[in-house]
Amino acid sequence: MTKYIGKRLLYMIISLWLIVTATFFLMRIAPGNPFASEKKLPPEIEANLQAHYGLDQPWYQQYFDYLINVVTWDFGPSFKYKSQTVNDLITEGFPVSFVLGFQAILIAVAFGVLFGVIAALRQNKWQDYSTMAVAVLGISVPSFIMATFLQYFLAIKLQIFPVARWESFMHTILPAIALAAGPMAYIARLTRSSMIEVLANDYIKTAKAKGLSGGVITVKHAMRNALLPVVTYLGPLTAGVLTGSFVIEKIFGIPGLGFHFVTSITNRDYTVIMGVTVFYSILLLLAILLVDIAYGIIDPRIKLAGKKGE
Amino acid sequence: MEKILEVKDLKVSFQTYGGTVQAVRGVSFDLHKGETLAIVGESGSGKSVTSQTLMKLIPMPPGQITGGEILFYGDDIVPKSEKEMENIRGKDISMIFQDPMTSLNPTMKVGNQIIEGLIKHQGLSKADAKKRAIKLLELVGIPMPDKRVNQYPHEFSGGMRQRAMIAIALATNPKLLIADEPTTALDVTIQAQILELMKELQAKMDTSIIFITHDLGVVANVADRVAVMYAGQIVEIGTVDEIFYDPKHPYTWGLLASMPSVDNDTKDELAAIPGTPPDLTNPPIGDAFAARNKYALAIDYEEEPPMFQISETHFAKTWLLHPDAPHVEPPAAVKLRQRQMSSNFDKPVIVKEGI
Ligand SMILES: Nc1ncnc2c1ncn2[C@@H]1O[C@H](COP(=O)(O)OP(=O)(O)OP(=O)(O)O)[C@@H](O)[C@H]1O
Ligand SMILES: [Mg+2]
Repeated sequence: MTKYIGKRLLYMIISLWLIVTATFFLMRIAPGNPFASEKKLPPEIEANLQAHYGLDQPWYQQYFDYLINVVTWDFGPSFKYKSQTVNDLITEGFPVSFVLGFQAILIAVAFGVLFGVIAALRQNKWQDYSTMAVAVLGISVPSFIMATFLQYFLAIKLQIFPVARWESFMHTILPAIALAAGPMAYIARLTRSSMIEVLANDYIKTAKAKGLSGGVITVKHAMRNALLPVVTYLGPLTAGVLTGSFVIEKIFGIPGLGFHFVTSITNRDYTVIMGVTVFYSILLLLAILLVDIAYGIIDPRIKLAGKKGE
Repeated sequence: MEKILEVKDLKVSFQTYGGTVQAVRGVSFDLHKGETLAIVGESGSGKSVTSQTLMKLIPMPPGQITGGEILFYGDDIVPKSEKEMENIRGKDISMIFQDPMTSLNPTMKVGNQIIEGLIKHQGLSKADAKKRAIKLLELVGIPMPDKRVNQYPHEFSGGMRQRAMIAIALATNPKLLIADEPTTALDVTIQAQILELMKELQAKMDTSIIFITHDLGVVANVADRVAVMYAGQIVEIGTVDEIFYDPKHPYTWGLLASMPSVDNDTKDELAAIPGTPPDLTNPPIGDAFAARNKYALAIDYEEEPPMFQISETHFAKTWLLHPDAPHVEPPAAVKLRQRQMSSNFDKPVIVKEGI
């Protein structure tokens, strides 16, 4: 097991290096630079600025400097937010994004599974049709439309929740729902089809033949097996919630990492873009590793390499 | 011998998009304590539906019991609620399924799958149930049971899984064990071992067994009596000797003639029964087997034959037993084996009611 995790960590480092390299060069290729604005700067000032941020160095020098920075976890100063480092932005923004993302994942998984199980147990009845109709809507409506829709009805019309900003728990609910809606609908459909498949299995009949009650069969025998594909989906789900949060944070004016990321892209704030990209990549790679480990624990047939079966 | 089960004119149908499938069309039989009844018949003849209905395991809906009674120790199972059934299933009646690869839960330890029933029906504590599970695994011949009890099904071979299934089924000392083709998915040597094990445990526990199979060779080995099913009905039922040495129904003849065996002179006849079973959404008028039966009489296409009784234990549902029917000779493979049964009545009598 430790050997397996060690190997996976090594792969993670390689992936990370590739990501860093790719972002670094893509950034150089992209037209424009952080100091481009309508008002042309005098050439001396621009040269000064370039020198200050090390942009006058040859590219390989910049590249190696950057690699060193990543390894020492120092992403340098922001080009645009004066007197703030990228590390500052991450320490400030990430906790906010984390709360939002965590709530969204929680909502998506809890309700997605619940609706999926209900739909499967009531297959081809009205409970099934209605949850699946809502699920199709949830999948096809983009999160930013869902967000404005929620803002309009629940915040402006009914005034149950605040429209935007990030101040109290109440503020977190609408953005979390907007972010969760798509994944939740997807999980509901995934759970339903997986549940239906599992319920048709012989071992469910075996369980019934033992005299177990419907509830026990659903929870102990059907759900554990039916949720395996949902666990697999948690990796892509994390990615979806991360990228989804860029838009949602912008719409709700939430000072999270996604918000800074989007702003930094419009500003060509190189160091912030790169730093946040690296940070997100690490997060994602870790999420996928965790999902794989969890899967190996839930499904005894999956043997994590290094933990030899007899 | 004590009669533990009496099935009377059982009818089961399924509501499907294509119409109502009459899977079981008036089945009657009984079963005594410690006895093994084999049910044989082609695919789709209703063997599984009949046996699963005894535990009300068929999905309802689309399934529905449209008539008849299932008297288990004199108590009718048909009107029982799902809650009441939970106290019968796995306690008084247990079931083993065909495919041991899929009938165990892949994400649950084998031991836990055995103890579920013990905890539910015998109120054992988890620790006691586990001790019992180890004993049971030992009983069904699984080596190192205290280690195996903590393993998952994928760590077991096919034969061992079926042994584990038997342990699950017999954990609570059921009065009736239904085995639905328990050896079909296993290779021949393992088959023989599993059959041996079942016989041995049956003798120990005095359990009655309903044994479903395609394989007449297996039947001769395990059964006391045999019921032959065709298109949702029992067309012939009798002791093993009666079915093998004095079969009366042309369908039974067909099954026996298509059975390879040492004393069967294979070069002239090992004939499969021609044609396919009838569509049970629209069962034919008359004898359901008529269209495939080279001995069919004119009346077979008009009126369903009644059940004729040939001996105290032997019944067959064919017009050929009618006093006015012409005498026909069974196929050579069957004739070769035919014996005169001393217990036969002078001539077959029509039974009005179910057996
Ligand atoms: N859930 C169901 N829905 C609709 N029809 C069904 C259902 N279960 C069984 N049937 C039908 O009932 C009939 C009898 O099926 P059954 O499974 O009892 O056959 P069998 O004799 O056990 O065959 P096999 O040897 O293949 O196991 C078949 O025509 C089948 O199509
Ligand atoms: Mg069957």
